[in-house]
Amino acid sequence: MRPALLLRLATVLGFVVLLEILCRLGVIPNFTMIPPTTMALGLYRLLISGALLPDLETTLSGVAIAVTAAILIGFLAGALLHAVPRLRRALDPFFASYYAVPVWAFYPLFIVLFGLNDIPKVIIGFLYAVVAMIVNTLNGLDRVPPVLRKMARTHQMGRGATVLFIILPSAAPHIFTGVKLAIAYAFIGVVGSEFILASAGIGYQISFAYNNFDNVILYSLILFIILFVSTVNLFLYSWERSILQRRGGR
Amino acid sequence: MSAIVDRPRRIVGFVDTLLLVAFLILVWQILYEFAGEVALSPPIATIRYAIELLGSADFWPNVYMTFRAFGVALIIAMVGGLTLGLVLGLNRLLGEAYEPVLVAFYTVPKVAFYPVILLFFGIGMAAEVVFGVIHGIVPVVIFTMNAVATIKPVLLKMARTLGLSYWQLMTTVVMPAALPEIFTGLRVGFSLTLIGTLLSEMFGSRAGLGYMLMQAIGLNSVTLIMSLTLLIVVFAVLANALFLVIDKRLHRRG
Repeated sequence: MRPALLLRLATVLGFVVLLEILCRLGVIPNFTMIPPTTMALGLYRLLISGALLPDLETTLSGVAIAVTAAILIGFLAGALLHAVPRLRRALDPFFASYYAVPVWAFYPLFIVLFGLNDIPKVIIGFLYAVVAMIVNTLNGLDRVPPVLRKMARTHQMGRGATVLFIILPSAAPHIFTGVKLAIAYAFIGVVGSEFILASAGIGYQISFAYNNFDNVILYSLILFIILFVSTVNLFLYSWERSILQRRGGR
Repeated sequence: MSAIVDRPRRIVGFVDTLLLVAFLILVWQILYEFAGEVALSPPIATIRYAIELLGSADFWPNVYMTFRAFGVALIIAMVGGLTLGLVLGLNRLLGEAYEPVLVAFYTVPKVAFYPVILLFFGIGMAAEVVFGVIHGIVPVVIFTMNAVATIKPVLLKMARTLGLSYWQLMTTVVMPAALPEIFTGLRVGFSLTLIGTLLSEMFGSRAGLGYMLMQAIGLNSVTLIMSLTLLIVVFAVLANALFLVIDKRLHRRG
């Protein structure tokens, strides 16, 4: 594990240093990209000044609502579809091609229906996230070994107990993957919507900075998104690891 | 024997899909009655307009622009993804080192990178191709890598015993053994490359289906928005249905 970790850190660090050198030397002009240290400094100033806080709050609360709804509804829909295989087979090609469709095409529709507030982008984030949750819930339920179900029957466990003690723990790793993807997709949906049309939010600020040629703010915000999503991922990854280890590892 | 059992089942599956489509159209119609003309165009009118679009001279140059960028992006994503996936899958150290980086890159909202790509490549086909590739290449790499890494060691040992060259090893052992999983990766990569290309056209370009869509959004032309979306959905669903059939066949054989 250690050499791999070392190699990974060295590569990422090397990449950042290379960008820094290229930007400092002017090989990459400053109106294309600013040096990573300037980005970090810009982000630090932005966070200290507190100017970003309202946008941060809109974006993050939007993502939070979209993720929560997507996880709950996606899980229930997945469980329901698993119980009706015929409907599921009919839906399969739609699920498989779902992520090729630009969900943002429906964004104006939601703006007309709900107005230019936070609701349309939350719906887009939800729509983006929910299918990943459904598909992974189905995946997880598919992979519950039949022998476990049989054992539950032999022990005359009730339906609730079977679900709680046998099926859910067994399907958990896949459902967890669904949760991870749901968070990522909700982020994409919400930030993308703000990017297209919104009056606040991180995505809106990025597009605003781009249109005003304000590269320091632009790259500070992009750096923020990368750092934030990576941190969330790292946290989920280590949590997943600890769950898997407790179950005897893989 | 299985062919005889399979056929009625497949017909049932097809009928189910048709029923589902009919149900979706019904829901669409009901939503239209509820939401009205400002927000939705009714199914019949949308389908009629979509067919009209297919016959208009304005439409095909845009389709050509989109599919040119999509085609180039797809080739780069597939060839690049396969190569990277093979390298990372066959070398444990590299695989372990870079998989988390790839997964992290997969989950970062790439929409946020779009201004960076525009700054580097300018508005036009290059930016569209790059945006398509960064969306599509990661799943191809991840699926290929995992497929190759989980090949039964006995197969690789036998190849070594037989003294196969690197090229022979790739074409006669690694690729056939990993093909079903690799194909799943290609299928996912196809969808994501398509959405990457379309999004890139939506956010900054002067031609293509995404550009048409964005213009329609700007004009709030509901019928055009929905017809274009319908055509894109139909294309994506048909292509994916075909891939799913091949995918299932490959997995069954393996």
